Amino acid sequence: MTLLQQSEPTRYSRILAMGAERGENVVTNDDIAGPIDSSDEWIQQRTGIVTRRRAGADRDVLDLSEAAARKALDAAGLTGADIDAVIVSTITHMHMTPSAASILADRLGATPAAAFDISAACAGYTYGIGQADALVRAGLARNVLVIGAEKLSEIIDPTDRSISFLLGDGAGAAVVGPSDTPGIGPTVWGSDGSKHTAIRQTHSWQEWREDSSLGWPTLRQDGPTVFKWASFQMAPIAAKAMADAGVAPEDIQVFVPHQANMRIIDQLVKQLKLPESVVVARDIADTGNTSAASIPLATVRLLEEGQATSGDIALQIGFGAGLVYAAQVIVLP
Amino acid sequence: MANTEQEILTGLAEIVAEETGLDTADVALEKSFTDDLDIDSLSMMTIVTHAEDKFGVRIPDEEVKNLATVGDAVSYIKGAQD
Repeated sequence: MTLLQQSEPTRYSRILAMGAERGENVVTNDDIAGPIDSSDEWIQQRTGIVTRRRAGADRDVLDLSEAAARKALDAAGLTGADIDAVIVSTITHMHMTPSAASILADRLGATPAAAFDISAACAGYTYGIGQADALVRAGLARNVLVIGAEKLSEIIDPTDRSISFLLGDGAGAAVVGPSDTPGIGPTVWGSDGSKHTAIRQTHSWQEWREDSSLGWPTLRQDGPTVFKWASFQMAPIAAKAMADAGVAPEDIQVFVPHQANMRIIDQLVKQLKLPESVVVARDIADTGNTSAASIPLATVRLLEEGQATSGDIALQIGFGAGLVYAAQVIVLP
Repeated sequence: MANTEQEILTGLAEIVAEETGLDTADVALEKSFTDDLDIDSLSMMTIVTHAEDKFGVRIPDEEVKNLATVGDAVSYIKGAQD
């Protein structure tokens, strides 16, 4: 009997390099407070957001992705031809098919790389890193490009007081490849679809087609419910990611939670009992909540500003609509 | 183990004081969380979470909006324990 050959595993993987691209327009709280009968003070107190970055009409989620990906490839000293798989996490690619990843792969010269999108909302980047780690170590791909990209301004309602005012546009990219040393700890991930209405689209595309008076579907959330879940149920997930990676809170140098709301970030730091020496990403203050893009955007910023350095041990956790979540400890590129 | 109303009030006041910086003496039964104690919906969720842990009860998210006063919360927790 002929025995199948299976791909040769690689022992370790790591993030080789990252890149980021923010929406080019700065949108202040005063710019958006009118239609929601709010104020700069209220928005800052509730969310920690001072400004958010949004992209203009001429740039879509693919354009943001491409810009971030090119920076990551340059930083890695690679070209598209070196990439075997492209994973894009987004909820704002405006085509059900084909995927953003296949078009992006072609733009980058990565064809015929494997390419697919994942739908894991604000946990999408950490879902993607977990998959890339597995693909590289299983020998299914040598270099994987992971992108978290959103143009959330496409699906906001200026009169919505629940989530729209938080949201921004951007993309972050990471190249994951083989490594001589461990660079990505075990991913702790999961979902709880019983809470699928906590962050939701107002109605389906089909419902909109059948009744156009419903208007373009936009996002809503049950803010306090999401706050409670993210603040108190995500801390044990992040703690498990540390335990599974064999590190203690005092070993962590950088904490990059999904940039959902500054008060969730503060509560997570408190629940995790992270030492004061830990650098905590607070990119939300002037970028807003960019869903799948928020963790790589915040990470690249810390590296560029010198608050974090290559080789630092970072804890990252994404969480959002689904509800879904994923956390892992990584070595920064 | 079930607590008396006074024990629940004392414990709840400690949680509210920790979250808000208010004095525990300010957390009286008739006080409104929003109007008197200036507690917003996110802080309320933090208080509810700590109260669930402290008193061993479950307070569903949809129930929280019905807890207008400190007394409402004490009664709910007492009822949930019994």
